[in-house]
Amino acid sequence: MYFIEARNISKGYGSFKALDRVSLQVRKGEIYGIIGPDGAGKTTLFRILTTLMLFDNGNAEVEGFDVVRDYVKIRRIIGYMPGHFSLYEDLSVEENLDFFATIFGSSVAAGYETVREIYSQLEPFRKRKAGKLSGGMKQKLALCCALIHKPSVLFLDEPTTGVDAISRKEFWNMLERIKAGGVTVLVSTPYMDEALLCDRISLIRQGRIIDSGTVDSIIERYPYSLLAVSGERIFPVLKILRQLKGVVSCFAFGTEHHVAVCKETVTVENIRQILVENGFADCAVRNISPGIEDCFMQLAGKE
Amino acid sequence: MESGHIIEIRGLTKKFGTFTAVDHISFEVGKGEIFGFLGANGAGKTTAMKILCGLSKPTSGEGKVAGFSINGEQEKIKRHIGYMSQKFSLYADLKVWENIRLFGGIYGLKRKVIAERTDAIIQSLGMQDWKDSLVGSIPQGWKQKLAFSIAMIHEPQIVFLDEPTGGVDPETRRKFWEMIYEASDRGITIFVTTHYMDEAEYCDRVSIMVDGQIVAVDSPKVLKEKYAAENMDVVFRTLARGSIRQ
Repeated sequence: MYFIEARNISKGYGSFKALDRVSLQVRKGEIYGIIGPDGAGKTTLFRILTTLMLFDNGNAEVEGFDVVRDYVKIRRIIGYMPGHFSLYEDLSVEENLDFFATIFGSSVAAGYETVREIYSQLEPFRKRKAGKLSGGMKQKLALCCALIHKPSVLFLDEPTTGVDAISRKEFWNMLERIKAGGVTVLVSTPYMDEALLCDRISLIRQGRIIDSGTVDSIIERYPYSLLAVSGERIFPVLKILRQLKGVVSCFAFGTEHHVAVCKETVTVENIRQILVENGFADCAVRNISPGIEDCFMQLAGKE
Repeated sequence: MESGHIIEIRGLTKKFGTFTAVDHISFEVGKGEIFGFLGANGAGKTTAMKILCGLSKPTSGEGKVAGFSINGEQEKIKRHIGYMSQKFSLYADLKVWENIRLFGGIYGLKRKVIAERTDAIIQSLGMQDWKDSLVGSIPQGWKQKLAFSIAMIHEPQIVFLDEPTGGVDPETRRKFWEMIYEASDRGITIFVTTHYMDEAEYCDRVSIMVDGQIVAVDSPKVLKEKYAAENMDVVFRTLARGSIRQ
């Protein structure tokens, strides 16, 4: 049995389909990522699984409890950190923690071991009002408040959105330690690179899950060959490459372009020759393996 | 400006009480450049950007943006720059053409000019079919292209883009950068902030702020060589790790 399971969940807002037959299977103790851009339906899915929203069709269970019928039981065993900062800004750090422990019928002392590692960084500021904390500190406090009642599953809705590269890394390190403590983690993010930090993922776009599995399995299903082109002035090269027969797509990836080509039609040599003919002799071309962003773009294009 | 710089800043400082958010930064941006303004959260980017856009006054320091002083000519700066952010750009409950007309009006353009530019924008974006749609109902990629075009409706020499691609899907993000390149080819200066380090690679030059100061400003190529880094992500991490601010 899966720890979290959703079957064909659909949810509309008027004529807008926020979720369209979404199915999901999360195993106990894993970090599972829901990865997709703004407006894909991530928050709607989280609200449904955390029993905060009803839906039109389908069914879902968390730890075997039905999200509609057994909502009271589910609320006791989950921790939820919504996308926007949702603590009491005019309560101090320790008052917030105490409040969340108390409403779950527990106490800070009883849950302290679970949050000790993260909370120790906040302790010097425990008398400070939550509203006066820096962004990174607020995020740590929100995580402590979601964990203080020792939930068996943690729902994190876009915890790293708008967070810089260094703080994002730190946050994922914290998630690894939470997972090591036996907590199942369902986390959503618009940052594709964070897929690599999850045990398994679903890619979501326009209310539909376009693929699920380990990152490796999704990459293995990539149907094209991928070439990387680099050089001094490569933006003009985009247009040339897109016109070539056999080229499926071509996009900038940092200092390189990734060129998806139908297998066994276009080779590194073909591309290099065409670039030389067009006056881009300095460009280098090589075969590469696709990353998760290449996969997302290919799957999105197929829809 | 005679110097060929569209931004020239010397010793720019902003204090809030005893806290120095921006600490004596100096830099310039050349006409037509794509300039990446990078820094960790809390490094002082937003504070500095507000001053450059004429929304806030510096505590000390001087400089010019689009030819106008950051001390006293804020209203002129606002009128001569373009601005777009991911968080706010367009009114979802106005139609595409109504958004264009609204912003044209805000910038004081004449009716006739607004009508011409509305047609030009809709033509160049290929949005004829969307003209009468509510902005809230059009796909995100189109919204973004429209917001960028509207930010340039008054033909500014420089456009400030504040995290224009946050939360955007990978293909839309890349197509947006192609639009940035086209604008840059037309001679428009682009001043852009981002958390995506692959996008830092697309800039002509970037500056990196740590704890209120600019600790590096150069082309991505030179920075990567200087810090023996394979990409800008590594450069950024190396520099931002020195931060003592929480």
